Amino acid sequence: MTIVDPIKESVVDPNLVNITINGKPVAARKGELIIAAADRTDDFIPRFCYHPRMSSVGMCRQCLVEVETPRGPMIVVSCMTPVVEGQIVRTTTDSVKKAQEGVLELLLANHPLDCPVCDKGGECPLQDQAFSHGPGESRFVEEKRHYEKPIAISDIVYLDRERCILCDRCTRFADEVAGDALITFTSRGNDTQVLTFPDEPFSSYFSGNTVQICPVGALTAKPYRFKARPWDLEQTESTCTSCSVGCRTVVQSSRDELVRYQGVDIDPVNWGWLCDRGRYNFESVNSPDRLTTPLVNTGTELAATSWSVALETTARMIRLALANNKNSVAILGGARGTNEDAFAWAMLADKLGIDQRDSQLGDGLSPEVFNLAQATIDETCAASTIILLAPDLKEELPVLYLRVRDAAQKRKSRIIEVSARDSGLTPHAWRTVGFEPGHQAQAVRDALSIPEMKEQLARGQVVVVVGRHNLAENEMFTLQALAEVFVAAPSVKVLPVLRRGNVRGAIAAGLTPQNNSGDAIDILNAAAAGKIDCLILLGADPMSDVPDSGLVQRAFTQVKNLISIDTMINDSNRNADVVLPAAAYGEKSGTTTNLEGRISNVAQKITPRGTSRPDWMIATELSISLGVDIGVSSLEDLNSKLVGAVAAFAPSIDAKSTHGDGMLMARETPVTISGDLSKAIDRNAYNLRLVVSRTMYDLAGSTVSSPSLAGIITDAAIFVNPLDLGRIGVAEGTNVRVGAEGTNIVIMIKSHNGVHRGTAWLPFNHTGVDIRPLLNISSDVVDVRIEPIK
Amino acid sequence: MSKTYVHAPGFVAGDRPKIVTSRFEFADSYTLERYLATDGYKGLRAALARPANEVHDDVKSATVLGRGGAGFPAGVKWGLTPQQVWPRYLVVNGDESEPGTYKDRLLMERDPHQLIEGCLIACYAAGLSQCFLYIRGEMAVAQERMAAALNEAYVAGYIGKNILGSKFSVDIILHWGAGAYVVGEETALIESLEGNRGMPRLKPPFFPAANGLYGQPTIVNNVETLANLPWLLNHGVAAYTAIGTKTSPGTRMVAVSGHVKRPGVYEIVNGTTTFRDLIYGQEFSGGIRDGNALKAFVPGGGSAPWFTPDQLDLPFEASQVGPAGSMLGSGAVMVMDETTDIPAAALTLTHFYAHESCGKCTPCREGGTWLERILRRVVDGDGTDADLQQLLEVGAMICPGAFPHAANEELGLKAVPFPYKMTTICFVGPSAFAPVHSALTLFRSEFEARVKKRVNIPVTAVGVSA
Amino acid sequence: MSRLNETNTKSAREIIARYPRPKSALIPLLHLSQEQNGYITREAMQHLGELVGVTSAEVYGTATFYEMFKFEPVGKYLINICGTLSCALMGANELMHHAEKKLGVNAGGTTSDGMFTLAHAECQAACTEAPTLQVNYRYRLRVTPTDLDNLIDNLRDNKLKDEFPPHGVLAKVQQVIPADRAVGTKDPEDVNESPAWLDGKAAL
Ligand SMILES: Cc1cc2nc3c(=O)[nH]c(=O)nc-3n(C[C@H](O)[C@H](O)[C@H](O)COP(=O)(O)O)c2cc1C
Ligand code: SF4
Ligand code: FES
Repeated sequence: MTIVDPIKESVVDPNLVNITINGKPVAARKGELIIAAADRTDDFIPRFCYHPRMSSVGMCRQCLVEVETPRGPMIVVSCMTPVVEGQIVRTTTDSVKKAQEGVLELLLANHPLDCPVCDKGGECPLQDQAFSHGPGESRFVEEKRHYEKPIAISDIVYLDRERCILCDRCTRFADEVAGDALITFTSRGNDTQVLTFPDEPFSSYFSGNTVQICPVGALTAKPYRFKARPWDLEQTESTCTSCSVGCRTVVQSSRDELVRYQGVDIDPVNWGWLCDRGRYNFESVNSPDRLTTPLVNTGTELAATSWSVALETTARMIRLALANNKNSVAILGGARGTNEDAFAWAMLADKLGIDQRDSQLGDGLSPEVFNLAQATIDETCAASTIILLAPDLKEELPVLYLRVRDAAQKRKSRIIEVSARDSGLTPHAWRTVGFEPGHQAQAVRDALSIPEMKEQLARGQVVVVVGRHNLAENEMFTLQALAEVFVAAPSVKVLPVLRRGNVRGAIAAGLTPQNNSGDAIDILNAAAAGKIDCLILLGADPMSDVPDSGLVQRAFTQVKNLISIDTMINDSNRNADVVLPAAAYGEKSGTTTNLEGRISNVAQKITPRGTSRPDWMIATELSISLGVDIGVSSLEDLNSKLVGAVAAFAPSIDAKSTHGDGMLMARETPVTISGDLSKAIDRNAYNLRLVVSRTMYDLAGSTVSSPSLAGIITDAAIFVNPLDLGRIGVAEGTNVRVGAEGTNIVIMIKSHNGVHRGTAWLPFNHTGVDIRPLLNISSDVVDVRIEPIK
Repeated sequence: MSKTYVHAPGFVAGDRPKIVTSRFEFADSYTLERYLATDGYKGLRAALARPANEVHDDVKSATVLGRGGAGFPAGVKWGLTPQQVWPRYLVVNGDESEPGTYKDRLLMERDPHQLIEGCLIACYAAGLSQCFLYIRGEMAVAQERMAAALNEAYVAGYIGKNILGSKFSVDIILHWGAGAYVVGEETALIESLEGNRGMPRLKPPFFPAANGLYGQPTIVNNVETLANLPWLLNHGVAAYTAIGTKTSPGTRMVAVSGHVKRPGVYEIVNGTTTFRDLIYGQEFSGGIRDGNALKAFVPGGGSAPWFTPDQLDLPFEASQVGPAGSMLGSGAVMVMDETTDIPAAALTLTHFYAHESCGKCTPCREGGTWLERILRRVVDGDGTDADLQQLLEVGAMICPGAFPHAANEELGLKAVPFPYKMTTICFVGPSAFAPVHSALTLFRSEFEARVKKRVNIPVTAVGVSA
Repeated sequence: MSRLNETNTKSAREIIARYPRPKSALIPLLHLSQEQNGYITREAMQHLGELVGVTSAEVYGTATFYEMFKFEPVGKYLINICGTLSCALMGANELMHHAEKKLGVNAGGTTSDGMFTLAHAECQAACTEAPTLQVNYRYRLRVTPTDLDNLIDNLRDNKLKDEFPPHGVLAKVQQVIPADRAVGTKDPEDVNESPAWLDGKAAL
């Protein structure tokens, strides 16, 4: 007799309900569904529509079980029947089996027999159950339902309605979880089918989840279609590093090529969900453009060379620069790699005395924010109040958006959004505080002092989600606004949302300015002033990523030697002196740290392309070439050094062992923040103040080199409020001249209700027009004039 | 004023007590003027003159049974709302679509004010702060009559703010459907009223009284149920319970259709009137047409298992009809005489329920259509022996275990009591099987005569490509 | 352009305001747009989505669930002949065959002049008056083949236009709630108090 204890945290629980399933006692939670309780035992109840992260609908009727009632045994759906004290549940009696077999036969009645050519074949719950429980042969001799074979319902997803068993999972996900009710059931009864609105695609950032949770092969994803069969898939658990949410994934490969990522359900982070960018940008790892050998600049071209030559050349350049002055070498980047990568490079820099290093590219926040009282994602989503002083989470940290949206939808938390532009969460905000860039601190102070806000803040825990929502504005404004939040709610906790995958880990590992040297922008300024001889780009592409492209250009012309460690050629390393090929995601192991400081493992699944190798290994080899051996013999060795040297990483020893939930970084005693309240100067009435932010699909390297995603990137445009569009006197969709301080660009204009009057929104890094000439990192805010083109 | 006996089509008057059809004989029965001249809104005044809880108690002690199908006492239902949860809503079920059922439309077309008054009394008694009157989409005239009556009543101060100058305020919102039988099911009705596809919700957790419209406590009552309230409040509990039996007091409207001499809608005394009275009685349908013999009848709307002449002497009393193998349902008796082609008759009903499946439950969506297709094959003369067995087996996927049916002396059948077990959420799935099961159980020879004596079409293995 | 016209948009807003949540108005609004255009157009569905704050797909999902909404033009007169048990027992099949011959189309078809669409319908709640049919949801009872012939001829000759408005028009009388009488509605989230009349005392 086994007693299954469902509650990890506590043994004695007032909410405990004792039931028996097939004679075995099971401890369940009050209100829990029978099927969820059974999932903690060996008695699996078959199901198709039930999904633990979505509301139950009781649609497929496959999970029928028998429950003892005063009127005798009754057949109930276990996915909608809650446990009650003393309940006797049977899942294997003859009548249960008969009922389940009946439902299965009915589900198969109209299901095509195309398992051998179906993507789901081999990992299909319907197929599995047909084999294990099925009647063996179908008595359904009528003509099956016919629909047009797979139709593309978006750039990524195909729908085969003949295979659909109408379980409502995809439609429920789209509506309930993602908030993109773009697919729905249509018609009725036997004609019921899943569809989009005619000609309106299922363009959701989260569409891949529907493919993952579809219990049959009705929804398939273009990047995986016909790529592999389940039996030749190999897989390993890992953590996505496309952004800093750090979703748990399973990385799957076939014949040493990545073919699919699937979300893994862990409680503290992603609940099984992934965004489409994170899910499908594995294509970039397989890209034919991947670097396979080191390259050195011959003066006319980047030519392939051996590692020894490349390392020697690199070492010589660094040595030369250092001989001149230790401040003439700088390192930018490191947020793309693992904690171990960052640490190896930090050790090397330490040995060489290179203080000028930064893993943020002028678009992040001062690492001070990590010293404030920190909130986890769970704590954020359990807070009574969530203050958003952040970028559009839906665009930049998509799965965090899902979590926060869920908290608001289920009325666990109230959102106070402080923003210069509507975001994906605006519809879910309890109150929205608008401001003009440069005036947010005042806006926060004013808003949080009104009685209803005070009352709300007093209602329980407050968490502020803080990040850079506008690249055309000085970071100082965000920090000042944050300080105002601390004034209004002194016990507020902070969830810092920096965007790049492992930025938090890289900073903690030491890839951040040392000894009061400047940040990335200072480094670039120094370079532009001719003070940097050798610039090392550690997976960084400042040419595309730093908002102020003019500055980068000036810096690059002045730098004597440019060294790039990267997976592909990009705008920054096209003219580098040495390019060292780095192993990509899926090709190396280690640990990574998400935005809340959760350390979890990333795993190698395939062999690195060509002779590319992990960043940490390059650092080690380079240290030997430079005669300053950092003494790393293996990844394990490196990790133990990291743990020994940086207290925050102590828990990573456990995280390495693929501990699914990861481990939170050791935290320091929090400090608070205070600041003077300042405002940007007022905008001229003819001008519009610029808001520049990132969207999910921009010209990021991994997106551009993933064929399935590249096509989704939209053309650059400037967005203004419809009323401002009228004032400018141009029609939507025409080209306009946008001018700022002596420069101007020509770009298409569009109207957008979510853009506040007096501001203009420019999504960063879209195709067609480079908007960066407008941005000047040294000005606090950017005001532009928009004029019709005569 | 002389009486003008202008009956509504379908309605047949008589000398029986009339609680809900008393005004049908007036040509202008739907106007406020006529209503006020015939005790109109007196029940409301009587109600408002007493505290709400006393009015609720009256409805409880009168045992006003729900007339929408399930026969649940209205007063008890109102009492199931959780304490201190506001707002609460009233949703009036005027979606009447059950095959054979024809009474709510009459009540709405002929006496809309009576329904309005009933709604107001219910809202007052149960603390319901907004009322939605959901009328079947295909009933254009009922919608017009209700709209006109509502407009009149609003202007006259019977609906809206401070009704009759009291502290009682409630809006009645006219809402109408768009053609979907399943929306008559109360949780589907609520989904539909929320602007969604009318798919039933599972009870629990969605018992409307606790978790209904917008997740709030919601009372769903049938039109006829509510139409009883004005008379009840006006004449008192004793007068109401003096009619009918203790467990089934009052009257109810029953539509008798099919092969009878005088098909029509009758307001009958509940609990005592028998099917024989209804089908053969001279004040009712007056017997089978052309003097033919009765073959079978559906006692309570298309979903009900069938009866044969053996059950004629059962009264309209749930406690007797259930054990006899069927249900009273929605007050609809459909009569089939000896000339009836039984498999074809069953097919019309199975087609109905298969067509009206919302598509949510696998057994109903797939099984209903499957049943229909097999049955159609049999009716068309293309069926096989095995098909008859297959019908029962597909039915068992929707309703596992014994399915209720009537006793039959000739066939030596003992009754299997109502209800059945089911694998679906609502009764649409089982209803597709009910006529098949009744027809096959009671008239198997007619099916056997129809099918070809050959083995079934070859089967295909599952999970393997053909 | 088959979004709701100005008048109908105004009515739509009035109807929406009657419900605690806007989406509840969807079916009445779909009727309104069917009344305007004779059938439900894509643009109308998009417009309704905007009006009640849901996606077009959600409007589509709801609209296609219900039998009465048509997504392609139908005849000016939609003739629904009931075929469920009571009508079937009283000759509905024969009536349908007769209608098919008379109109020269099969059930489900529309006459080439766009005047008539003939359809098989389910129980119309007039079972005692079988066989029944509806023309644009208005009844004809105990219909004989001769009745049917006359009906069709008269419709064709435009003699019954008062009784049978064109397809899409449902109730000719609409509810009007006088502003001074209306209680109005609130999102249930914003209501916490029990109704005023539940104070244990008589209301009058
Ligand atoms: C499939 C199905 C269809 C129904 N159709 C109707 C209907 O058309 N009208 C009705 O009043 N009740 C109908 N009901 C019953 C309702 O669910 C509900 O019980 C009734 O409206 C409650 O009102 P009452 O208690 O006053 O009878 C139906 C039930 C089912 C399962
Ligand atoms: S039984 Fe049929 S109609 Fe009822 S909920 Fe299930 S699928 Fe819908
Ligand atoms: S899993 Fe319970 S009904 Fe589908």
